[in-house]
Amino acid sequence: MNDMRILERSVDQTDAKISAKDVQVYYGDKQAIKDVNVDILDKTVTAFIGPSGCGKSTFLRCINRMNDTIDVARIEGSIKLDGEDVYDKRVDPVQLRARVGMVFQKPNPFPKSIYDNVSYGPRIHGLARNKAELDEIVEKSLRGAALWNEVKDRLQEPGTGLSGGQQQRLCIARAVATQPEVLLMDEPCSALDPIATGQVEELIDQLRSEFSVVIVTHSMQQAARVSQKTAFFHLGYLVEYGDTDDIFTNPRDPRTESYISGRIG
Amino acid sequence: MTDATIPAGASPQAKDSLLVPDARTRKRNASEARFRAYGLGAIVIAVIMLLILLFTIITDGIGAFRQTYLTIPVTLDAQQLDPSGNRDPEDLKKILTLTYGNMLNGAVEGVIAESGIQVADLTEKDVNDLISKEAAAQLRNRVLANPELIGQTVESRVLVNGRVDGYYKGRVSMASAALDGNTSPQQLQLADALKDAGLLATRWNWAFLSNPDASDQRPEAAGVGIAILGSLYMMLVVLFLAVPIGVAASIYLEEFATKNRLTDIIEVNISNLAAVPSIVFGILGLAVFINFSGLPQSAPIVGGLVLTLMTLPTIIIATRASLKAVPPSIRDAALGVGASKMQSVFHHVLPLALPGILTGTIIGLAQALGETAPLLLIGMVAFVKNFPSAPPEGLFDPASALPVQVYNWTQRADPAFIERASGAIIVLLVFLLCMNLLAIYLRRKFERRW
Repeated sequence: MNDMRILERSVDQTDAKISAKDVQVYYGDKQAIKDVNVDILDKTVTAFIGPSGCGKSTFLRCINRMNDTIDVARIEGSIKLDGEDVYDKRVDPVQLRARVGMVFQKPNPFPKSIYDNVSYGPRIHGLARNKAELDEIVEKSLRGAALWNEVKDRLQEPGTGLSGGQQQRLCIARAVATQPEVLLMDEPCSALDPIATGQVEELIDQLRSEFSVVIVTHSMQQAARVSQKTAFFHLGYLVEYGDTDDIFTNPRDPRTESYISGRIG
Repeated sequence: MTDATIPAGASPQAKDSLLVPDARTRKRNASEARFRAYGLGAIVIAVIMLLILLFTIITDGIGAFRQTYLTIPVTLDAQQLDPSGNRDPEDLKKILTLTYGNMLNGAVEGVIAESGIQVADLTEKDVNDLISKEAAAQLRNRVLANPELIGQTVESRVLVNGRVDGYYKGRVSMASAALDGNTSPQQLQLADALKDAGLLATRWNWAFLSNPDASDQRPEAAGVGIAILGSLYMMLVVLFLAVPIGVAASIYLEEFATKNRLTDIIEVNISNLAAVPSIVFGILGLAVFINFSGLPQSAPIVGGLVLTLMTLPTIIIATRASLKAVPPSIRDAALGVGASKMQSVFHHVLPLALPGILTGTIIGLAQALGETAPLLLIGMVAFVKNFPSAPPEGLFDPASALPVQVYNWTQRADPAFIERASGAIIVLLVFLLCMNLLAIYLRRKFERRW
């Protein structure tokens, strides 16, 4: 089923939502990302795979400038969102992050109620004019994250009281609620059991209709299941980027082949 | 997993039996048992020391909360107290305590005669010194506050002198009284007789908490009223200065400042500041606030400023530690949905750090409450008899402080002041206990899980 879908979608993708040119990232003296060039498409799931420490999470965090919070991190090159360089001096990272949402490796709901978790983003960005609109956004986001039916009767209970899988879906709902254009996911399933993972993956597939989704994953099966495009990172280099089924069935670079066949990593 | 068992002790392999601990294990267990014993011993010693301390303070100090009073009818003769007869407050003030003292002496003599008390070799001095020197002043204040009393005979509760009071608290005996110039066995016998007549009694003494300090000769009238007020005023100053400054400084250092050499130096120096001896802060306060800025001596504002300097590092260190303890994932989460740095700090990080900040602040305040040395240098050890007015003006009036009052009283010759000092320590400990309980309560109330 997955394969059919991928074939279908890989035909009509033209415009790049995010376009990275010659991106270099340094942590102090150490270079973590070397010469990365990549075009990420709209309404597509792009998977970043590669062994630990290969720079895939670092690159992901460059897209919404989360690396700004790390004092020693330094970025060169350009990353364009809809043709605008996100590292331009005039860009306020706060505004950027409202358009490029993020879901983290470990579920990190705020220690507040489920409702407050989801409504926080819309509130600070002024997306709702009144309580009714806010309620609507919360419901829509929770439905979008396939969590509504489980939590609709306990919206005022703390988000931290949910199970791990529910917490992660709550975090997705929280990210979705700010109505971003791109959703970055940094190993969203690494702390989840297979059932919760399945639910989140299903969710990612649905999210694709609205956003461009970029997911970092350690699981090649997951990459194969959810993504249409895959980028393989190794030692800071983007080694290979292309259609997911191409990468997994017909890798062009020997390093990619070794990795997906389990010889390195 | 099989039914086969190795018979214990049947082979050289026997040392591997789980039923017999080997030499290594025995040694390890023995050292563990020893370590536990040391720990337990340390706890026991600490608890014993604490109990001894508390026991001594309470047995010494509980007496300060009880005081011996003589209840006698005093005739407030209008002729003597208001010769002009117009009840003019200005004229009334011209009558000195001496007149009231004579009046009280007359009243005591009257009571003795009326009750038919006979004590062998009782001198006039014994009778006149039975009541406190402060009693006349207290009576005068009472009359000045309420001139209507003049001409009436009022039942008065009169302080008796410190020695007689000490006699009922076990501090003075007949034998010691015989050697004492300030009292005599006859005076004590008189007191006993008055007690039998139901006129003299030792009762609960609220006045200890509300009275100002009293001079060397009048321990029975001394109280911690001004000291409590002075300490309270200083705590207000510390609270309104140290908490906002300390919390703001920590938030800036922890959340906003870039980590570089300068912030490293600042960080190290704040830690160093916490270790600076408190008397150094006193000298600083003397130089900067009194000599340079010209603020008044003995004033709670100066004490509060000095204690603010002392408390700041404690509050900053505690606040930074609790900010650090908030998991970075919460900050990431807030930034990830597009919150600004400040929104992420004030909406998410600060609420989570609040219990730690509150605890640190209250512990800093408690430390400041018990601080003595810097206050000695800025003149808060002065003898203060007049209550400071209400804040904010009162902050500039002379006042004392609880720990300084304790220090002050332990310097006095009369043993009755030892009791007062221990009483003041009890008051101080109760305040500290209350603050710590508040800290625990707030911690429980605001603690959230993530």
